[in-house]
Amino acid sequence: MSETEDKRGLTRRALLSRTIAAAGSFIIGGGFLAARDAAWATELSALQPRTMATLVQMARDIYPHDQIGDAHYVTAVKSYDAADQAEGIEAGIAELDAAAQAMGHQSYLDIGWERDRVDVLRSIEESDFFQRVRGGLVTGLYNQKAVWPVFGYEGESYSHGGYIDQGFNDIAWI
Amino acid sequence: MAAPFDLKDDGVVVIIGTGAGGGVLANELAQKGISVVALEAGGRYLPEDYVNDEWESFGQLAWLDPRSTSGDWRVAKDFSGLPAWIVKAVGGTTTHWAGASLRFQPHEWKAKTTYGEVAGASLLDWPIDAEEMAPYYDKAEEKLRVTRTGDRPGLPGNNNYKVFEAGAKALGYEKVHSGNMAINSVDGDERPACQQLGFCFQGCKFGAKWSSAYTDIPRGEATGNLEVRERAHALRIEHGPDGRVNGVVYADADGNEHKQMARVVCVAGNSYESPRLLLNSASSMYPDGLANSSGQVGRNYMRHLTGSVYGIFDKPVKMWRGTTMAGIMQDEARHDPSRGFVGGYELETLSLGLPFMAAFLDPGSWGREFTTALDHYENMAGMWIVGEDMPQESNRVTLNTDLTDQFGMPVANVHYSDHENDRAMRAHAYDRGQAMYDAVGATRTLPTPPYPSTHNLGTNRMSQNASDGVVNRNGRAHDVENLFVSDGSQFTTGAAENPTLTIVALAIRQADHIAQEMNAGTL
Repeated sequence: MSETEDKRGLTRRALLSRTIAAAGSFIIGGGFLAARDAAWATELSALQPRTMATLVQMARDIYPHDQIGDAHYVTAVKSYDAADQAEGIEAGIAELDAAAQAMGHQSYLDIGWERDRVDVLRSIEESDFFQRVRGGLVTGLYNQKAVWPVFGYEGESYSHGGYIDQGFNDIAWI
Repeated sequence: MAAPFDLKDDGVVVIIGTGAGGGVLANELAQKGISVVALEAGGRYLPEDYVNDEWESFGQLAWLDPRSTSGDWRVAKDFSGLPAWIVKAVGGTTTHWAGASLRFQPHEWKAKTTYGEVAGASLLDWPIDAEEMAPYYDKAEEKLRVTRTGDRPGLPGNNNYKVFEAGAKALGYEKVHSGNMAINSVDGDERPACQQLGFCFQGCKFGAKWSSAYTDIPRGEATGNLEVRERAHALRIEHGPDGRVNGVVYADADGNEHKQMARVVCVAGNSYESPRLLLNSASSMYPDGLANSSGQVGRNYMRHLTGSVYGIFDKPVKMWRGTTMAGIMQDEARHDPSRGFVGGYELETLSLGLPFMAAFLDPGSWGREFTTALDHYENMAGMWIVGEDMPQESNRVTLNTDLTDQFGMPVANVHYSDHENDRAMRAHAYDRGQAMYDAVGATRTLPTPPYPSTHNLGTNRMSQNASDGVVNRNGRAHDVENLFVSDGSQFTTGAAENPTLTIVALAIRQADHIAQEMNAGTL
């Protein structure tokens, strides 16, 4: 199938049949990335699907929160899927894969254990690419209002008159 | 003549900056019938404009013009272009401050006498003392309606405070309370009582916290004697052949330059911008910068010790609910060299929302050691260390001629390295803070490095002798008889207390002095 094929008609089964990602939680088709359980999907405009899949895995390994679904990590790095970003990201992911290969792995995505992926990341953590991705995640991930409830954070209270009647001093165990 | 004032009106006092120093000075002078033009680099934002969202608010209020850093402080590595978290807006950093309003302890006005010679430190006594400042502190506390002063009650403690208080008391600390805060504990002075919003740092949307933006500034304007010129970025101060300053050149919102003539100029642009402006005002008469014959402009930059401790518990705390700085422990603020350092520190509760916690908990760090701490954000309590750091001549603001701002002016480079005394005090404070949380069942504690600075002090320090500093006991430049410094940059030493109340008290006092001299025809 070509990358220009209209994806609107794809069924989950068709997607599964064309899986090219070797590991991780992704199914990759042409210009298209989706969760194995179809919980989310995203279209790509500039990055190669495998690049995006690797980037999402990298994001999770940098800031791993097991209770946060991949969709939020995708959102956190989606801004790199842009024409003016793609070249640098493709090169950075190639660098990451090269670092993985130097440590005896087929590619970053092929590594089964987080600790082994972290070893690869440690080997490139001083690089501009790593620091760019990590720095971007600080806001890209944690400033998503949708993830705040996962951490219990309630955000603003002005809209309901402040926390004064909303438990500002309700701690009972101390 | 009433505001607005003509650019050629050379009878006005020009104040650069409208925060705790400049904003208060502007109103105090205006109330006395003196014509004032206040130049403010930022725009005007009021409670209805404030945004209770950390990053969005940061984009709205923070001073984001370029700066550079050097020295061994970790901020230079983690936030190399953002050494300070301060505000560019009418009201300056009084929009952002948490409201802690503490008087210096009497001995802190006399740091050199009290602490003695400290190797590597450029300690000096202030040329003023606690007795002289007492009536001005009284006025400042009334103006700000500080809790637990006058007949004002304290604020109720929030969840974060309750954990902090229990930990402090478990260790036997006694001076533990919900603070002396410039946050209304009862309605008054057209400000409502605190509604525990939890976004003190982002500008108080109820206006319960004092800020010059919606108190002193509009009251000064109401007299007809004060004109606040917004988005007017001072570029240099000019002088005549007699050496007296005669006006300020500034860029307006469109980048066009104007010169506002002046009878008196007062600099209140924060400890980075004030020395930068003086240095950028160098001339053939003042080749090293204005008011800098001593070579002291920019030196002795202080930022308070700072650092934070977060504790994680096995049950929820929800520290973000309510006032950001909800209480204080003052037992360690004393001077007691038996602890291995001179001076002292305060511990004050602090909370950050999740987005800023991710940015500031351990900048640059990643992986599970970091993320498992954030996973328990709901169970976290937090405190901030405010301690006296040693003034050092080499900690300084200089001009970075390789980096210019949007107006082509060299930016401030901020150089800071810890003194040995600072490191010893911080280690002690981390230990005590962690012990407080451990005492009430913390399962993990995190000694967190200093954030970009909000307490920026020194750099135009006050001194008895002209060779030791930049300004005299009234904040007037030793070198220039009609040039004043009116912000925290005039601090001789930093003391252990949050600086705003002292900046405000000094501004009230300086207004009295300037009015007196103007009336006497000597200024």
